[in-house]
Parts: sequence; C-alpha cells; structure tokens
Amino acid sequence: MGRNAVAKTQVRMTVNGKEVESLVEPRTLLIHHLREALSLTGSHIGCDTTHCGACTVDLDGKSVKSCTMFAVQADGAHITTIEGMANPDGSLHALQEGFRMMHGLQCGFCTPGMIMRAHRLLQENPRPTEDEIRFGIAGNLCRCTGYQNIVKAIQYAAAKLRGETFAEAAE
Amino acid sequence: MIPAPFSYYRPKTVAEAATLLAQHGDDGRVLAGGQSLIPMMKLRLALPQHLIDLGGIAELKGIQKNGNALVIGATTTQHELQQSRVATDAAPILLEASLLIADPQVRYVGTLGGNVANGDPGNDMPAVMMCLDASYRLRSTGGSRTVKARDFYQGSYVTALAPGEIVAAIEMPVPPAGHGYAYEKLKRKIGDYATAAAGVVLTLSRGKVAACAIALSNLADTAVLAKDAAAAVIGTALEKPALDAAVRAARAIMSPASDTRGSTEYRTYAGGVMVERALRRAFARARG
Repeated sequence: MGRNAVAKTQVRMTVNGKEVESLVEPRTLLIHHLREALSLTGSHIGCDTTHCGACTVDLDGKSVKSCTMFAVQADGAHITTIEGMANPDGSLHALQEGFRMMHGLQCGFCTPGMIMRAHRLLQENPRPTEDEIRFGIAGNLCRCTGYQNIVKAIQYAAAKLRGETFAEAAE
Repeated sequence: MIPAPFSYYRPKTVAEAATLLAQHGDDGRVLAGGQSLIPMMKLRLALPQHLIDLGGIAELKGIQKNGNALVIGATTTQHELQQSRVATDAAPILLEASLLIADPQVRYVGTLGGNVANGDPGNDMPAVMMCLDASYRLRSTGGSRTVKARDFYQGSYVTALAPGEIVAAIEMPVPPAGHGYAYEKLKRKIGDYATAAAGVVLTLSRGKVAACAIALSNLADTAVLAKDAAAAVIGTALEKPALDAAVRAARAIMSPASDTRGSTEYRTYAGGVMVERALRRAFARARG
C-alpha cells in the first residue's frame, strides 16, 4: 500500500454523553476530528504545538491537549468538550457562570480550554488555593486577561460548586 | 499541522508490539504518550510509516514495590506516577521532578517510559534515574535485557536501545529510609525544558555524606552522572570547600549549547548553581 492510501480505522467514542462512531485516517488529530467530523467547534486550535491549551478537552477523567492526540487513540474514550458543560436545563455551568461574572475572558479564544482544564482541576481538588489554581492552569495560555480574573472565575465556580458564595469582585 | 500518513496498530501485548516493530524495522515507531513524538510528527521531523501504539498494553502499566525494588511500567503517565504513594513514598524525588515536567495536560498523557527512552537531553527523568541508579528493562522479539540508566544515553537522541527494542519497565532499588534528595530545575517559564537542572540523592552517616549521586539535565548531549562532583562531598558535612569543589567538578563536565535558553557560559554557571542548591536541599532533608 502506498503512503497516501492508508486504510481508515473505525473509532467509537462517547462525546458529551452521545456515542459516535466514525471512520478516521490514523493521522487525524483528535481536535480535527472533534471540530471537523463532529462539528464541535468550541475546542479551539491556538498554537497547534502543545503549548497553549486552547484545545483542552476532558478525556476519561484527564485534561488532554486534543491537538497532541490522534483520534484513533481516543477509541472507546469518554470525552467532554465545552459544548457538554452547560447544565441539563441549559443554564450555565458554575465555571461558565464564573467566567461571565468575574470577567474571566476578553477575546474568549482560550476560554473553552480554560474551562475544561478548570473542570478537571475542581473535580480533583474542590477547594484549591490560588497557587494551586495557577499551577493547575499552567498549561493554558491567555493573551488578554493577565489571568487575575481567570483565577477569580475558577474560585467563584469552586465556591459555587461547594454551595458557598464567592465574595470577591472582579478586577 | 498534519502528520504524514501512517498505518496504525494497537497491540494488546508487548510480544505483539515487538513483533510489529521487528516486522517494520526503521519504518516503525512505538507511540507511548505521544507528547514528544506527535509534535515531531506534526512538524514532519518524525515520519514513521507504521505507528505502534503501546496505549492498549496492560502489562506496561502499573507500579509495584517488590522488596527493595520499585518497578514502574513504561506507559505509566507522569500523573499516575504522582498519584502513586507506593512510588513517591519510596523515592520522593520522582514526585519532585515529575511536577517540574511540562504542564498538567502533558503530564496526564506523557509517560515515564517515553521520557526516559526518547533520548532528548532536555528530558528530566534520565538524570533522576541516574541518581537513583535505575535500570530499564528492554523487550524485543529476541527476549529481554536490562540496561542501567547510567549506561543508556550515548548522545542527543542516541541511546542503547537497539532496533526492535521497547522500554517495558523502569526498575530501581528503593533508596534507604532517611535519604536526602532534590531536583533543581532552572527554566524560563513553567512548562519549559531546563536551562539547567541537577538532581541529587544522598545518604548521611554521623552527619556526613556517606553516599551521593549527582546527575545533570540539559547541560550536555545527554543527561550525565557527575561522579567527581559526588566524590567531592563524600565524608563531608557540605562545608564550603567541599561544596565549591563539587560545583567546580560538575561544571567541568557541562557543555550546554548556546541557544534561546542562554549562552554556554550562562547555562554552565546556572548548572553549578543548580548543583549547589540541590546538594544543600538534599543534605537538609537527610539531616531532617
């Protein structure tokens, strides 16, 4: 078989609670599969070099950079993207609400990745310190906010998910 | 950026993976976490025609302590390593160093085996494995053999791994209770490779250094064991002359490239500072 005639592979994954089955070329990156085959364009391609984290999705309980994984590697995986974050009644997830209330975004390009990363961080550590939040989102770059309000947005969501109120104002 | 086309295989056993690798020779490559290999493939600096994914092989996962030996499966991720009390209680330098690698997302996926097998002098775990006197268990269709980390690295991206061989596990003697350790890494920003880094594992006897291993990351073509530097502190309580002698001996074997992380002179200077800090911190920890 020539280099350009590689057989496609069957992959099955559960994305935002929905099982999807597709034929993919092995070289198809997970981010391209999500955006182009599944039309889930919320996950963004920022740097395309594993630095910026805009493509971060939740995969089997891990935050992963979907530009640095092949779709075939995600066969059988459970994936959540930003499109799967809102509450079942359509209201905003605590993190989405936090980014809105604390002005955790300006251009918004990094926001889906930030929220997906923060989601896993709060699953693992529901009461993170500010330092733990900053260390936890070290794989996500924001070129607008200077991070202050992103950290506050995550603190807001952490408090809300614990049934508490975050008293600080956005900067 | 889209990699060149390749055929994809997801074997269930190491034997099957080794057979595939033997079949495809130079055109085949194993994929572990992919956090180094996939970026290289996207840049088309790596062009494997046959990609053998180790991700489905259960026998390559897991961490066990068998008596005085700690055995870590090659596809154990950095995140799994950090979460393993068995590993981090036995050799806490693993946790300290692992947390300094890349960023959270990369650590969820990137593996210990990939970090040590890749041969990139910028990887942090090779020096840590030299400090711990770890060995790598290599498997191929011809059987298996074990190579010490201290003998594994031959040049930038050149290792003792023969064609057809796969790193299956990393094994190390558990350092004695009460040992001191430290991994010091200077980097431009979080997630970066080291501008200069040094690891130390030592033990004390009556307040003096009884045994010591020092290794350096990203300060030469490979991670290197700084034998003379370690010898300089044996029998001392890290008084200034001993510390100075260790730093001098370590700098003598550094040959970092001048690059975006700094000039050769700067990185060599910083490397000495990392050695000094790691020694001091390891000593303080051992003293308790």
